[in-house]
Amino acid sequence: MQNLLLITLLVISSLSLSSKQVVLGPSSDSQEEIQEALIDLEPGDVLTLKSGEYFFEDGISLDVDDVIFEGSGINETILNFGGQVSGAQGLLVTSNGVTIRDFAVLDAKGDAIKVIGADGINMVRLRTEWQGGPKETNGAYGFYPVESKNVLIDGCVAIGASDAGIYVGQSQHIIVKNSIAQYNVAGIEIENSFYADVFDNIASHNTGGILIFDLPDLPQQGGHHVRVFRNKAINNDTDNFAPEGNIVGEVPRGTGIIIQANSEVEVFDNDIYGNGTVNLSIVTYGYETEDENYNPHPKSIQIHGNRFGEGGFDPDVETGELASILFALSEGDMPDIFWDGILPTSQLILGQPDNEKLVMSNNGDATFLTLNPIKYMLPFFDPVERDIAEYDGEIRPLPPVVLN
Amino acid sequence: MKKTLLACLILSFIDFIYAVNDDLILEDKFPKKLSSFSFFQDNSAQFPSDGVLPYELISALFSDYSYKQRWVYIPKGVQASFRQDEVFDFPVGSALIKTFYYPIDERDLNLGQRLMETRLLLRKENGWEAVSYAWNDTQDEAFIKKAGKTILNEWIDFNGDTRSVRYRVPNKNQCKECHANNDAMSPIGPKARNLNKVFQYSDESINQLTKWMKLDFISTVSEELNTPVDWNEKNHLLDERARSYLDINCGHCHSSSGAANSTGLYLNLTETREKHIGIYKKPVATGRASGNLKYSIVPGKPEESILLQRMISTDPGIMMPESGRSLSHTEAIELIEKWILSL
Repeated sequence: MQNLLLITLLVISSLSLSSKQVVLGPSSDSQEEIQEALIDLEPGDVLTLKSGEYFFEDGISLDVDDVIFEGSGINETILNFGGQVSGAQGLLVTSNGVTIRDFAVLDAKGDAIKVIGADGINMVRLRTEWQGGPKETNGAYGFYPVESKNVLIDGCVAIGASDAGIYVGQSQHIIVKNSIAQYNVAGIEIENSFYADVFDNIASHNTGGILIFDLPDLPQQGGHHVRVFRNKAINNDTDNFAPEGNIVGEVPRGTGIIIQANSEVEVFDNDIYGNGTVNLSIVTYGYETEDENYNPHPKSIQIHGNRFGEGGFDPDVETGELASILFALSEGDMPDIFWDGILPTSQLILGQPDNEKLVMSNNGDATFLTLNPIKYMLPFFDPVERDIAEYDGEIRPLPPVVLN
Repeated sequence: MKKTLLACLILSFIDFIYAVNDDLILEDKFPKKLSSFSFFQDNSAQFPSDGVLPYELISALFSDYSYKQRWVYIPKGVQASFRQDEVFDFPVGSALIKTFYYPIDERDLNLGQRLMETRLLLRKENGWEAVSYAWNDTQDEAFIKKAGKTILNEWIDFNGDTRSVRYRVPNKNQCKECHANNDAMSPIGPKARNLNKVFQYSDESINQLTKWMKLDFISTVSEELNTPVDWNEKNHLLDERARSYLDINCGHCHSSSGAANSTGLYLNLTETREKHIGIYKKPVATGRASGNLKYSIVPGKPEESILLQRMISTDPGIMMPESGRSLSHTEAIELIEKWILSL
């Protein structure tokens, strides 16, 4: 018994010896103090910033594994990059097993928080914001993990990004939950990623609420296994303010959720309303590409048990082509759910395999519109089909994402 | 006889003083002062110690018009080995040393210079590590600056105009931003192909690779090196000059194994796929840096090419490279503009 106690004491003391907590408060030299502290951390250490506002001229970065970088609250510890003159982002993280939590990154000149090539990144109770409201000159991304694994975004707030508030790109094993994305072009965007759970979030007053995208010519593509559930994709009513050239620049104001060129996507138990163009779109990548490894078509998409409200009442025909095409096809009677109906050429003739077909069940009185591609190509036929019941089918639930 | 002995003693003493501190290169912690390594016999004059050999690259990275002087150190008895299209595989204990400075007046280099920083890449047991030392005002010692440093400097350029720069000594993490290759730190410049030129040494004028072989730094190199051209030499082909510039300035990140591989834009010399070089390539996660343009490169239309616009910009949310530049590189902008026009 005494031995056990001794061992326990030894373990506790060795733990406390091996890790340290560094605490810093605001000063006129915060830039150098915080950057130096971030460099000097060792695995197991914690860097804590007290309440207050910290001003930066350059970006700061963290490259030490298994550390915690924390503030004292999302409204209490403010990292202000309004005077930034160098660095492409506010905070850059390039190491594994990092937790960042309880602070805000404001007015970064480029991206607010970028994480690249990390295995294990927890972003908890953080805020990224451009304080001047939606503007083309705002930075592109609030939260920007890319080429990372085991990504957690929990309880975060993203406001005013000129591309996406929360953007996860070319990553694997991702959870985005309990977060709020507002007044961005895209609220939450999962792009070229595998195994993502997006749930219990609010995406409102963006141009588009939640985007599940896949693009060609990239190291990781063929996005798949994405679950979007228990979110509110509501009242997305901000004009598209993305600079041209970016894929989100094509998103019409008033889009709830868009799924493009992904496979195995399950959208369920969401509230989707107040989106003036269309509550939910399922579309093919719209540009020509020579990338032979790229599949531009969405497949194995399941939409069930969602609550759709008012939508399509104010279609944004100015942005991209989707809204104007849909407006013309529907003769102004915009659907809740739109699928462009485009299939690979072989499937036009032979039909889609059952497990790749779009399934839609128990979505209340949601309305639907799709195009029959064969009829679309022939004269004298109306290609528009609206019967959602044809897509009723058994749901094959996707497995939940588990982070390491 | 006595005199000879004395001379020998003095010589060996000098040798002792001016020998590079091999142990320090391998240590986990970095010393506070650059002089602790003994890379230089004379700090202010930047006169190297024995075994510390100067070298030049055919085309160099633009760093806000600063001048750079480079040295390589390889411990006695070991060699670097050649790798096609890659930097040499330097043995443990090697060091790459690079001092950044501005002349007082570019029209007359005899008027002196201001040393800004000396960056080290040290080949330790577990791989390369980078660190920078910023020179003091009296220019006789450089001190470690892990968190980086901002230095305001003025100089007179070739036209007699006074130029000013907010020069940034990079922090330790920023070194990795450019030097990460397949997630490991790596030098960028000293590939055989970038060294394949004649250099004026203190004792002879000779091709650098030949010199390295004479000194047993290396034993072989391939005959086919894909040698780049000096982008600044106007007698070379426009395409070669442009690709050489993009290779050394962008290709270390923008390659399929570099830190910017997620962009799909690959500007290294050996990339041949038009889409990946940027021709009619749409931006991926570029955000406002696209400047309302649709493609990285639109042949014949530099004003519609994102690549050129990001070279011109000095806005940190738009400009490329992301760090290490605060001024526009006017001469290179002209080159890339001409190149895009010619495509």
